[in-house]
Amino acid sequence: MAGAEQPPAVALQGISKRFGTVLANQDIDLAVASGTIHGIVGENGAGKSTLMSILYGFYQADAGEILIDGTVVRIQGSADAIRHGIGMVHQHFMLVETFTVLENLALGAEDGPLLRRGLDRARRTLKQIGDTYGLSVDPDAIVGGLAVGQQQRVEILKALYREARILILDEPTGVLTPQEADHLFKVLAALRQQGKTVILITHKLREIMAITDNVSVMRQGRMVAHRKTAETSAAELSELMVGRKVVLHFDKAPARPGATALSVTGLHVTDGAGIERVKGVDLTVRAGEIVGIAGVAGNGQSELLEAIAGIRRPRAGRIRSGDIDLFPHPDFSSRRVRDHRIAHVPEDRHRTGMVGAFPARENVLLGEQDSPAFHRHGLIDWKRVSADATAKMTHFDVRPCDPTLKMANFSGGNQQKLILAREMERDPILLLVGQPTRGVDIGAIEFIHRRLLALRDAGKAILLVSVELEEIMSLSDRILVMFDGRIVGEVTVTDPGAVDERMLGLLMAGCQPGQPGVIAR
Amino acid sequence: MSAHAPAARLPRWMEYGLLPVLNLVLALLVSGLVVVVIGQDPFEALGVLLKGAFGSIENIGYTLYYATDIIFTGLAVAVAFQAGLFNIGGEGQAYIAGLGVGLVCLYLDFLPMPVIIALAVIASMVFGAAWAAIPAWLQAHRGSHIVITTIMFNFIAYSVMVYLLVHPLIEPGQMAPQSRAFAANAIMPSIKGVAAVVGLDLGAAPLNLSFVWALIAAAGTWLFIGHTSPGYAIRVVGANPEAAVCAGIRPERAIMLAMLLSGALAGGLALNEVMGVQQRIMVGFTAGYGFTGIAAALMGRNHPVGIILAALLFGALYQGGAELSFDIPDISAEMVVVIQGFVIIFTGALENMLRPTLARLAARLEGGRAQTA
Amino acid sequence: MNPVKLSLSVMTAAAALLAGSATGGRAAEAIKPAIVYDLGGKFDKSFNEGVFHGAEAFKARTGIVFGEFAPTNDAQIEQGLRNFARKGFSPILGVGFDQAEPIKKVAAEFPKIKFAIIDGDVNAPNVQAISFKEYEGSFLAGALAALTTKTDKIGFVGGMDIPLIRKFSCGYAQGAAAINPKIGVTINMTGTTGAAWNDPVKGGELAKSQIESGVDIIYQAAGATGIGVLQTVADAGKLGIGVDSNQNGLHPGHMLTSVMKGVGVATDKTFTEALNGTWQPGNTVLGLKEQAVSLAFDDENAPLISADIKARIDALQADIIAGKVAVHNYAEDNHCPL
Repeated sequence: MAGAEQPPAVALQGISKRFGTVLANQDIDLAVASGTIHGIVGENGAGKSTLMSILYGFYQADAGEILIDGTVVRIQGSADAIRHGIGMVHQHFMLVETFTVLENLALGAEDGPLLRRGLDRARRTLKQIGDTYGLSVDPDAIVGGLAVGQQQRVEILKALYREARILILDEPTGVLTPQEADHLFKVLAALRQQGKTVILITHKLREIMAITDNVSVMRQGRMVAHRKTAETSAAELSELMVGRKVVLHFDKAPARPGATALSVTGLHVTDGAGIERVKGVDLTVRAGEIVGIAGVAGNGQSELLEAIAGIRRPRAGRIRSGDIDLFPHPDFSSRRVRDHRIAHVPEDRHRTGMVGAFPARENVLLGEQDSPAFHRHGLIDWKRVSADATAKMTHFDVRPCDPTLKMANFSGGNQQKLILAREMERDPILLLVGQPTRGVDIGAIEFIHRRLLALRDAGKAILLVSVELEEIMSLSDRILVMFDGRIVGEVTVTDPGAVDERMLGLLMAGCQPGQPGVIAR
Repeated sequence: MSAHAPAARLPRWMEYGLLPVLNLVLALLVSGLVVVVIGQDPFEALGVLLKGAFGSIENIGYTLYYATDIIFTGLAVAVAFQAGLFNIGGEGQAYIAGLGVGLVCLYLDFLPMPVIIALAVIASMVFGAAWAAIPAWLQAHRGSHIVITTIMFNFIAYSVMVYLLVHPLIEPGQMAPQSRAFAANAIMPSIKGVAAVVGLDLGAAPLNLSFVWALIAAAGTWLFIGHTSPGYAIRVVGANPEAAVCAGIRPERAIMLAMLLSGALAGGLALNEVMGVQQRIMVGFTAGYGFTGIAAALMGRNHPVGIILAALLFGALYQGGAELSFDIPDISAEMVVVIQGFVIIFTGALENMLRPTLARLAARLEGGRAQTA
Repeated sequence: MNPVKLSLSVMTAAAALLAGSATGGRAAEAIKPAIVYDLGGKFDKSFNEGVFHGAEAFKARTGIVFGEFAPTNDAQIEQGLRNFARKGFSPILGVGFDQAEPIKKVAAEFPKIKFAIIDGDVNAPNVQAISFKEYEGSFLAGALAALTTKTDKIGFVGGMDIPLIRKFSCGYAQGAAAINPKIGVTINMTGTTGAAWNDPVKGGELAKSQIESGVDIIYQAAGATGIGVLQTVADAGKLGIGVDSNQNGLHPGHMLTSVMKGVGVATDKTFTEALNGTWQPGNTVLGLKEQAVSLAFDDENAPLISADIKARIDALQADIIAGKVAVHNYAEDNHCPL
């Protein structure tokens, strides 16, 4: 599309960025031709968002150069980025919800202290842009009252109003309905037609195949491939994304599944914004097995786990543990789920798993605060809580083993071990565990994995949700692949080393949506 | 909802010792400058203030009497704060509690004194809690911001009480909007007798048994917050509501409980003022102590012991301040309020001002120790 | 003297004048009078200030300095009274009905000290209770307003809604009705808390809405709130009636009159009696007869009042003093006949 003589709209050369010990971006090269839609794909944590944040000036690269239209530029903040014609539509919108569309557009581009002039200009320009790209939004509507798709349109309009020539969209369809997504793609095509350059960050291969001209694949902070979309396939991209992974091999005894510990049927769950995230899921977990749910983040796993844990009320369906109905039930609550010996290690430990401001021992009490074991004469027996905390911290090798130390002062791995200790030693019949090793160092990962397997071997049921495919593969006895709120595939694992991860990757990327088939081997 | 993280962590002795003292010294320094500007001797003023607050057993009695009010309202603010709620409504809750106390003392005065006292204590808690209950429910179940609703309920309380005191409750033939005086068996006994036994003459100081109740309430609050599972639940909700939900705690219940308790504690102010000192229901007996309680809770780091200490400081400022404007008329009542304001600003609102400097100092001290070790 | 200090000194000149001169006057040892103001503070342009000026007049005449204290909460009233009593001050004057209880209590503790209270009802052998028949003055104000209005609509803005202020409004309404039984009297109270005494903006708003409904004369009994009432009335070209002290000078041409309450006279009187040894305890109710309540007629409002109207008011006043016209006192039964 772009002439060979024309310099690329954006070129990144040798970009590296390090956060502490983690290399988020490593020697990245990228060239985006002017007037094209360029896709960047990769798994969660592959470094896509970091790279775009560097381009938009949120972070400064440790090394490397950014060229806009062939000229080296320094971008030290979003103001610089805007000046160079770069606009960004974030995953989480940056809009003032109580302002009108027009006021949001004029924000930061007020044309001096008299608001009226800026608003008048905005109104004229808005109409013109809207006509050109089919982006119609009522300029006087309050942004908070608009649907998500329309809010996103306002974000795009905002970028265009600031005369962006290069538009970055970060996971734009994650919050959209299919209809809204279709409309977005039409808008992107119109933008391309008008000579704008679009960078589309996504992990949905279907979208890449449908709309982009070129695609770059990132994996573990590196740029691993560049392809012309017309010359590649979803299968190839999927393989590039996942890579050849080293699966940790354990001396894993064969599972001896027993009675059904959890059965979920026809479960539908909506998120806080009212979007349906789980669209009819059936699954069972039996005592003595680990069932892993694989999937790219944002495909409904989190909501599924929260519903089973009693935190998020399902819209429809049924959840049973043994012969007890957890949902529907008049007292559907995390309290009741816990009372039926279901333990839960939440996905986001900082947000929901612990209280950073409390000492370790008070975090060990979390969820057990009403247990008679920790009470004496109606008061909490802190001595016993401390002793119990010390014991659990010793069992799980939490360092430093100091139950009075503030939780926030432990490292991520030790925090996670403490939470696991708390949940696993409560002697559950079923353990719900989300992202057990997120942000945890290698040593702790292996420790945590061994513990989970030990719990399985002790005859407990475990439902594991993780976006780390290798974790799913090395731990699970059965793997369920979740895509777009549905279980799209199931693999029974006999040998972790023999799992066809290419197949899993394809399923995760939504390339074979349709009826869930059993791919047993 | 969520509690904010402090700007920098300090060693305990700095956090609870050095920092408050430094802030207090700064406040006194600035106040002293103001005293100099109006042409008075700041050292003389400070002397009068200290003597007024602690110069005699009677003066100490007054200081403790003021402190009693502030302990109650300070505890009320602290308990709500543990659940992440900013209860601005202590004033209104105490005011309505005064109605409860007053009704018991006015209409049940045929009962023996200990029974009346017990009933009045219960009434103060129930009425105070009831006035907190509606904002609490709105916060817990409808998400209405507690700051807004409690402020509004203060105004409603003022209006309700003035109406009741101007119309049905007023003593006939009396000009001031206030009820008749309580019977002799329907008042909170003074501590004077007890003090006299140990040879202390409290003089005219209005210190009464409410002070003991305030200390008991402080101990009870400490026990409840730190050592019971509902208290623990309240703290978890305040620190991380999502973790609370995950742990099987219902935030709505914790919010309700914290606010009811907060209102009940604020009600203690009514025991002291209505039943102990004025011995009748009066318009405006809360006199802003509900708001001073916010400062005391802030300064006392929401810990009962800290609140008692802060209440003593504010009590001393109230009492010493009154003596100050009495003895040095140029330092008017308004000036005393200004001085109290400086103390609140420096010890409460600006408490993070010196923190970074102290944190650096602490780090250097620690570093020095590590090197020598 | 640096400029800051100078300007501050000027601002607080009055305070410095009386408190700073401990060197005293000729007869300083004769009596040691003291004043405990009410919670409204000393310079309220009204009640407390009237007392202060009365005491100043006394000082100017006799050279005797007086002690004073402005409490900030109810407990401090008693504290202040007791402090003065302990230091041997006498007579000690408490301003306002709020002090009735504390004075009763402290007076009992110090039987040798003389106490006086303005507007309060205290029966004790060493207390002089001074009160005023504000309703008589208000009655005359109502009559004057009814004779002057062109719209047959007059208004009243009170401060805090308490019986004392009802006394004013009730007398005002009675006086108006005595002239014209069909007259419309709009009565508004600013609020139900102490803040109602100190909210000139709200006072102005109330006045404005009364004016918009056709009212052309407004009587204010609202402390500092009333300043806003009178300002609004003057701005609208209507007439206002002041209270407590002579406020005619505030907006010449727009002040019909002021209902003066002789608190200063009363203060001077009780101090002077104490000095002369003629001081008597017991209730002293001062009204038109004692000239402790009166309408202000001076050069400022002379153009507004015809000789004819003035004569009718004088006649009414004579009738009230003679007992021919009875004015109902709201505080007697907390009820207004209108």
